[in-house]
Amino acid sequence: MNDVFQLSVIAGILTSAIRLATPYLYAAIGETFSQRSGVVNLGVDGIMLMGAYTSFFVVLTTGNIWFGLLAAIAAGLMMGLLMSLISVTLKAEQGISGIGLYMFGLGLSSLLFKTTIGTVKTVIGFQSIKIPVLGDIPVIGAIFFNHSLLVYGAFLLVPLAWWVLEKTTWGLKIKSVGQNPAAADSLGVNVDKVRYASVCIGSMLAGIAGASLSISLLNLFQENLTAGMGFIAVALVYFGNWKPQGILLGALLFSSVNAFQLWMQVLGVKIPSDVAIMLPYILTIAALAVAVRRVQQPAALNKPFERGES
Amino acid sequence: MFKRLIVILALMSMLLAACGGPAATAAPVEPFRIAVIMPSAITDMAFSQSMWSALVAIQTEMGGESALELKYSEGMFNVPDAAAAIRDYASQGFDIVIAHGSQYGTSVQEIAPDFPEVTFAWGTHVDTFGMPNVYAYTAAAQEGGYVNGVMAAMLTTSQTIGVTGPVEVGDAKTYIDGFVQGVASVDPSITVSKTWTGSFSDVALMTEAAKTHIAAGADILTGSSQSVVGSIGAAIENGSVLWFGTQADQASLAPTLVVASQVYDWTSMLNDIIAKYKNGVLGGESFVLHLENGGLKIAFNPGYALPADVKAAGEKAVADITAGTIVVEP
Repeated sequence: MNDVFQLSVIAGILTSAIRLATPYLYAAIGETFSQRSGVVNLGVDGIMLMGAYTSFFVVLTTGNIWFGLLAAIAAGLMMGLLMSLISVTLKAEQGISGIGLYMFGLGLSSLLFKTTIGTVKTVIGFQSIKIPVLGDIPVIGAIFFNHSLLVYGAFLLVPLAWWVLEKTTWGLKIKSVGQNPAAADSLGVNVDKVRYASVCIGSMLAGIAGASLSISLLNLFQENLTAGMGFIAVALVYFGNWKPQGILLGALLFSSVNAFQLWMQVLGVKIPSDVAIMLPYILTIAALAVAVRRVQQPAALNKPFERGES
Repeated sequence: MFKRLIVILALMSMLLAACGGPAATAAPVEPFRIAVIMPSAITDMAFSQSMWSALVAIQTEMGGESALELKYSEGMFNVPDAAAAIRDYASQGFDIVIAHGSQYGTSVQEIAPDFPEVTFAWGTHVDTFGMPNVYAYTAAAQEGGYVNGVMAAMLTTSQTIGVTGPVEVGDAKTYIDGFVQGVASVDPSITVSKTWTGSFSDVALMTEAAKTHIAAGADILTGSSQSVVGSIGAAIENGSVLWFGTQADQASLAPTLVVASQVYDWTSMLNDIIAKYKNGVLGGESFVLHLENGGLKIAFNPGYALPADVKAAGEKAVADITAGTIVVEP
């Protein structure tokens, strides 16, 4: 057990945690935009799969990682437009349409994978980049400043999303249509337009979340690659109280405990592997139960907006 | 114009009749029909692919689709869906229905009595439920695990080997148990650390587990299940960590880093089941793939320059297990 508290092990846990948190950050912050505007998008996992597949396919065929990233964003946008059409324009029940979108993404990405690639292959994706000076700091450099661009991007997204939501007019509009769409409408805000944009931003970020797996962290694609990560991302939005900084905390907690349990197994700490695997989930549920007060939950979440009704 | 069209049509129909004539008169031979239900994809480079490759090899041997019709349902992680597929294939009159996953056992047990004329085969397990139309099959994965372990122990320079496992059951567990014994037979002081992700399909966590092993000093990795493509990916990213595979030949995933793979070859077992079916025996037996019966093979990767003494030790381990002088406990 003493091994666990060695500096090199702690550094290893933190390095792993930062990598593991990356897809959750993109997906959960994306979902925050969507939910802040009043739309629960449960299709995140399906969008991530489409992003993961398209970016992988493009990198495999063109060898260009930036084209791959763009393809993931485009796939996310298409999925976002579809979700918006169903839940904003057609006003379908959001939970059900999100599950539908998830299944659509899961099925389509598997089908496309089978027909265009066929078998498991690997690509050279985004490589780790050591940031000059900062990367040379002992221990800290290795933990924080030796990752791929998509990992840095995920962490830079946190303050950026906070700034957009809290400091810009656009953020105010998103929050107002999620809180009281009728009032926003009466003040001349186009509710549907804002919701379309928010869902699409969220979906594009989910697409990048998928790409962060297939062309950065794993550099491969397999059917159902995300294995339900998108649903954990949705849970993180609630955990993080609809705030980017809260999501950062939740994502880091979940991924740190996950990294911690892997290290405990590697070091041969005598606990059953099943217990180790359960740890991140148990801790997240416990934290959810104890810490979360839903003060920030958008009042109009999950409610379609009909002009003239309220 | 119209007359010309009539003439052309008439000529064409005569031509078609001439072509189709002999085939229409010959009595069509009903192909033998096998359906297989698999948890992952037929191209998973692991468990499902090993079965599908064997079936395709048999189809080619028998003379193609006209002699053997193959149908598959893949990605059946969800057991109720798999059970529905098993029942569908049985009711469509397939001769043999293979439920390729230990999680499908209860489904086979429930469905098989309703279709006494259909052979059901399932694995990896040894239980036929005492039913006359059920075969069970498994692989003595610990044997190839031992062989891989012997070679890994000779190749490690950091004296640390990482094992990335999915769930601590079935052939994933027996392979790893054998691997640990193989390593210990060469040098008991080598550290073999094991991780389990709790999932057969969580590639992301499997990748991170492999990276954790590498960070802890492992210079050789192995592991089982379709999610090990993640571990192999981590080895590729590192560039010098070696990989030992199991279930299918994984050399193509990392042509310079894969040392050898234990390959499941279900061909002779399947041929046996087909022959028995044709003789009216529909089940009641369980098969185990061994090195000795050719069901397990060690595929050395020609792309990796394996030192001669290590290869010789691996081959000796194969010979000893085959001869029974080494018994690997599962």
